[in-house]
Amino acid sequence: MEVSSLPISASHRAKLISAGYISISSLSSISPAHLARDLGISENEATGILKVASQRGGPERTIPSHHSIVDGAQTAWDMLHEEESCRRITTSCADLDDILGGGISCKEVTEIGGVPGIGKTQLGIQLAINVQIPLEYGGLAGKAVYIDTEGSFMVERVQQVAEACIKDMQEYDSFLRKDLPARQVNLQANDFLANIYYFRICSYTEQIAVINYLEKFISEHKDIKVVIVDSITFHFRQDFDDMALRTRLLGGMALKLMKLAKKFTLAVILLNQVTTKYSGGSFQLTLALGDSWSHACTNRIILYWNGNGRYAHIDKSPSIRSASAPYAVTGRGIRNLASNCKRVKLILRARLAHDEHICRSLI
Amino acid sequence: MRKSVNRVWRRVMANKLISEMGLPKSIANIFAARNIHTAKDALSLTEFELMELLDVGLAEVTTAVSSISEISCPPYQTALSLLEQRMHNEHLAGHLPTRLKGLDAALCGGIPFGVITELVGPAGIGKTQFCLKLSLLASLPSSHGGLDGHVVYVDTESKFSSRRMIEIGVNSFPEIFQIEGMAQQMAGRILVLQPTTPTEFSECLQKIKDSLLQHHVKLLVIDSMAALVSGDGQGQCRQHPLGWHMTFIKSLAEFSRIPVVVTNQVRSHSGDDPFHYSFQDSRQNLDFPTTFDSHLVAALGIPWAHAVSIRLVLESKSGQRFIKVAKSSMSPPVAFTFAISASGISLLHDDGIEMTGPEINAICGQVLKHFNVASSINDAHNIKYFRDFEVTVVYSIKNWSFRVVCG
Repeated sequence: MEVSSLPISASHRAKLISAGYISISSLSSISPAHLARDLGISENEATGILKVASQRGGPERTIPSHHSIVDGAQTAWDMLHEEESCRRITTSCADLDDILGGGISCKEVTEIGGVPGIGKTQLGIQLAINVQIPLEYGGLAGKAVYIDTEGSFMVERVQQVAEACIKDMQEYDSFLRKDLPARQVNLQANDFLANIYYFRICSYTEQIAVINYLEKFISEHKDIKVVIVDSITFHFRQDFDDMALRTRLLGGMALKLMKLAKKFTLAVILLNQVTTKYSGGSFQLTLALGDSWSHACTNRIILYWNGNGRYAHIDKSPSIRSASAPYAVTGRGIRNLASNCKRVKLILRARLAHDEHICRSLI
Repeated sequence: MRKSVNRVWRRVMANKLISEMGLPKSIANIFAARNIHTAKDALSLTEFELMELLDVGLAEVTTAVSSISEISCPPYQTALSLLEQRMHNEHLAGHLPTRLKGLDAALCGGIPFGVITELVGPAGIGKTQFCLKLSLLASLPSSHGGLDGHVVYVDTESKFSSRRMIEIGVNSFPEIFQIEGMAQQMAGRILVLQPTTPTEFSECLQKIKDSLLQHHVKLLVIDSMAALVSGDGQGQCRQHPLGWHMTFIKSLAEFSRIPVVVTNQVRSHSGDDPFHYSFQDSRQNLDFPTTFDSHLVAALGIPWAHAVSIRLVLESKSGQRFIKVAKSSMSPPVAFTFAISASGISLLHDDGIEMTGPEINAICGQVLKHFNVASSINDAHNIKYFRDFEVTVVYSIKNWSFRVVCG
């Protein structure tokens, strides 16, 4: 490994190279005092450089899981275990949950885009509520972070959706446990509201700042299981003359969010706007922020109008096949387009899936 | 007052100086030496770029960036405390009731504070009438359900008619307007600005921003936005003049926590308007624009449609006028029939018609017989389109009335 790839300051790097230390192995058996003399720097700085070098290339680094060929790698078998035990957040729409493989994945970044009024904020609010569903109802009992860049977060609506969710849980209770004494759902709508951490962002600087700050924030509030950014686009759409800067900043944000999702096992949901592009002889709709951004997110769902209803289409996902499903935006939140009785079935289905998995893992 | 000052202060989070953030002296000096003075400067560079520029190690850069981010990040609050704050501090938890029962129920109380509510529809449908009524409602004393404050009305098409507004007032709230001097006081709270060029419009907005905090302005109406600002050209050019106005008005609404009502025009659907994504096979989809006669689209383009929080579509179909809640994060898609009378707009039924399909967004404007209402004063600019139903337009000016009936 080359010294030029070490994360040290430019002048230290230049000094190392001019003093003849080109590969990391050349630093492996040298003392800080000797290095300090050679480079003409203080002994503290030399110690720092050697520490960085040993972290990169040292063979005595502790390996977390069993012995792997390449340092820091995980075997696919271990990852399979992780993927299967990964919880998913239900969207309250059975058809949508079906095509998503159970719901929004809790370890990845999912981008959801659509025309104005299609229901992106609605879906965001629904997920912020659904992540809080208690474990005994098939939920994650988590909390939510809602980063609002456009001012579209309407508390009254969140209250409505929370109340409807509680009613659903009550119904599920009476449906599934009809031979057992009735259990009261001891939750109020306000309890749901208290578990949503709301940030109002007014510029792209604040947007970058909050995403940087989230790592510390989430380590202090460990039960956060979903981060929703509504929308990721707004502050990057106007005011930007330097497109290259925009691409770099967006790329940096995407990487940080992915790292967050993986480190804390939470779902990151980014809501995006649409724009038009000229392709194939006509104007078409496409998600905003450009082509390089479209590579940044792991999953991409597009909400669109089709015929008489709203549909969600999985545009990009490494593990789920491309499909579309209809959904509706009702007074209670996001629901199935079909009749209401499916509402109870979906919670039941989630619970059964969870139970099935527990049985499978015991075998 | 302190609340609004807080918000103004927050506005400049991005411009917070690094020298005042309490970072370790050594790193703060290095930032200053490299001309990075504000949070915005620092956060616009990636960590590797900063390392190169400042000539310090990654660990130091990461620590500095995370301190800067934590300081520049706006404070959080839970959704519950947001709700409680609004219920405590604001009229009806942040809503201006329109007195149209069905619409107010759909909007959880009325026109929301802090966001842009858009009224879009063909000419003559009633957008200005709606704005006049709202202006009146905002200026009413709180004992009568008003906001008891000033209203700034930006009239770009010279459609503001104070006589019509007083008439609406007299007919809707007779008990107030019959009191001596009340009409003058109410009308005195409504400040009308009439810019005629885009530059004047921009200056108007700046002036409004300056005076919003000092005076008790409780409502901002812009009638209409499309007249002086162009939003979409064919091909959706990336930089259009609307961008600045959009963010400015949005932030005005946000930091002053007042309702902002903007009217928008319509234009006919052109072949270039995209409706499909690349994954949609355009052959199989129902091309809904062609199923409505004289289909129209809202002017100002897609970015504007994203920026507004509530979009109310006004249209007329088969002789009936509808007001539809096309975009609202707190309401199901619902439509109401309405009519215009002496007391402004009124709903014919308070139970809305729920519309689950894309027709909630469609704007139908059956453009009909051209009729010019030429009254003896300066209302000659009112051009209304009617067919198949009678309308009585009454203008009461002092002691004599002028009645126009068309059928």
